[in-house]
Amino acid sequence: MAEKLLKKGNEAIALAAIRYGADGYFGYPITPQSEVMETLMEEMPWETTGMVVLQAESETSSINMLYGGACCGKKVMTSSSSPGISLMCEGISYMAGAELPCLLVNVIRGGPGLGTIQPAQGDYFQAVKGGGHGDYKIIVLAPASVQEMYDFVGIGFELAFKYRIPTMILSDGAIGQMMEKVELRDPVKRLTDQEIAEKYGHWATVGKPANRKGNIISSLSLAASEMEAINLRLQEKYRTIEKNEIRFEKTMCDDAEYLLVAFGSSSRICEGTVEIAREKGIRLGLLRPITLFPYPTPVIQEMLPQLKGIMSVELNSGQMVEDVRLAVNGAVPVAFYGRMGGSIFSPEEVFNAFTEKFNL
Amino acid sequence: MAFKGAIVVDTEKCKGCGVCVVNCPTQTIALSKKVNGKGYPFAYMENPDKCTGCGNCAIVCPDTVITVYKVKI
Amino acid sequence: MDSNEIIKPENLVYQKSKVLTDTVMHYCPGCSHGVVHKLLAEVIDEMDIQDKTIGISPVGCAVFAYKYLDIDWQQAAHGRAPALATATKRLYPDKYVFAYQGDGDLASIGTAEIIHACNRGENIVVIFLNNAIYGMTGGQMAPTTLLNMKTSTTPYGRKAELNGYPLKITELVAQLEGTCYVTRQAVENPANVRKAKRAIRKAFENSAQKKGTSFVEIVAACNSNWKMPPVEANTWMEDNMFPFYPLGDIKDR
Repeated sequence: MAEKLLKKGNEAIALAAIRYGADGYFGYPITPQSEVMETLMEEMPWETTGMVVLQAESETSSINMLYGGACCGKKVMTSSSSPGISLMCEGISYMAGAELPCLLVNVIRGGPGLGTIQPAQGDYFQAVKGGGHGDYKIIVLAPASVQEMYDFVGIGFELAFKYRIPTMILSDGAIGQMMEKVELRDPVKRLTDQEIAEKYGHWATVGKPANRKGNIISSLSLAASEMEAINLRLQEKYRTIEKNEIRFEKTMCDDAEYLLVAFGSSSRICEGTVEIAREKGIRLGLLRPITLFPYPTPVIQEMLPQLKGIMSVELNSGQMVEDVRLAVNGAVPVAFYGRMGGSIFSPEEVFNAFTEKFNL
Repeated sequence: MAFKGAIVVDTEKCKGCGVCVVNCPTQTIALSKKVNGKGYPFAYMENPDKCTGCGNCAIVCPDTVITVYKVKI
Repeated sequence: MDSNEIIKPENLVYQKSKVLTDTVMHYCPGCSHGVVHKLLAEVIDEMDIQDKTIGISPVGCAVFAYKYLDIDWQQAAHGRAPALATATKRLYPDKYVFAYQGDGDLASIGTAEIIHACNRGENIVVIFLNNAIYGMTGGQMAPTTLLNMKTSTTPYGRKAELNGYPLKITELVAQLEGTCYVTRQAVENPANVRKAKRAIRKAFENSAQKKGTSFVEIVAACNSNWKMPPVEANTWMEDNMFPFYPLGDIKDR
């Protein structure tokens, strides 16, 4: 009988990290996600699974500890919130360029700048379009429940190692702080050093055995032709991910004439909006992207013939709506409704905006 | 006990920095008037009879281009 | 006796370590980096830990250190090597982990990382090559640049009112409880090279004994950016750098 507990989203991340066999967590406190590291420290996994948990001196240091740990073929992760993720962007670019696996968690708060500690979704561009420099992508998973906060740790690590790519759980202050039932899944053992050497020893820094040259993990390549080849290889990887790893959830879409597109907290609120619309006889559906990269573009495109309008609903100034517009490519009207700075809309508020924009 | 030594310089990798020359205790080494493929004047034993095989040149060489031999005489 | 009679395998007394690769080093003629790389290779070779050592290279001239020693390497972002080393050593406590950094990498952008890694007493080796200038980027001022020293960003000489004082990061690090061995060495003459090698060996042995962080500064010359020939640069270093950055053990627990 699987254990079910009442936990905060942030706590679920910590428990999942231990139970999915993470080797190391290196992070820095920042509201609204400090509970992740606090829970890890309370659980003392170094005594049970041998997981390393270290409070680093900054986010800059944290992401670079991740870089070193990832070079070693180990399952390493960090968590932070918006301003801290900005500090990590250099390191994320390095890890994407060096093709290193890791798990990042961003519990978004209102911004820009020091901002507020209230929830927001203003880091969509940063996560999906690349907050760091250069042509790179990371896989982005957007949970909408405490259970998904837990489950996406496992999925995140899997995808990170499958493609040798940093993977981010893009959450927000509401999901990080809210308490829901979470089922603790079957634990996964940490890999032994021997197993890591067998699985990843062809690329990871595990100590050079006599039968190979040293592995060099680097994102540097001074020759333009070499750098271009690396970039082409990365782009090919991203196309493969786009083909194979799209995840989403549909609510009442089969007969929908209008569609809301929303992720994370926003999608939870939009479920209420769909209910209100249906009660009033409007055939409204909800598409919840779970992967923000890869974006469920084909899923939207498949629905276009049946739709009269789409509205993207976000806790920001309009970021994901750009990806909706790209997918729709002018076929149907696309509208946007959002709140910023940590303010959150209600299902009724979203419904009113929807009817106003589509004259219903 | 005395030693007699000899060095072999990888002349193509030598960069002619001259650090071995000034650190040789017997003034055995000099920089050649000839240059290698990179245009560097390479180190060589100008006075081979003076070499004692002490190895100082080899250990101060930044490019480790010197191999050292010695015999007891 | 002819040289050819001496040059025989049975008479070999010194040759390049197998841990050094055959790749020609990109460093300028006479650069201290080459000597330090050699000493690292020899220590790794003599301790027989080539299959257990992970090196972390900086941003700076030594970014390419990974081309010259045949071990597993991680190339770090500027200043961050101690962070990579921290994670690597904590995740692989039985491996030998060293961070190799220059004066910009360690004492400028990386000050937080080195102070905190040392403060935590990570069981790693830090090799700090201090030539008081930024080599790779073309000779700009470093935190360790001496007063009145001319660099490309202090063309009239470093002035304290404008740019502060040369930073003695090694002395700062020695004050931290987490460091077990803090020493300053040089590699411009055979006696100093031998001492430096012993220091590096001690640092590696300390890390295996989990005594804390070993910090080895190598006071070095950058003849290209100091705009002198190599031998003259070494002499200038002895006359000007050694008095300010004196050689010897600052701490040895």
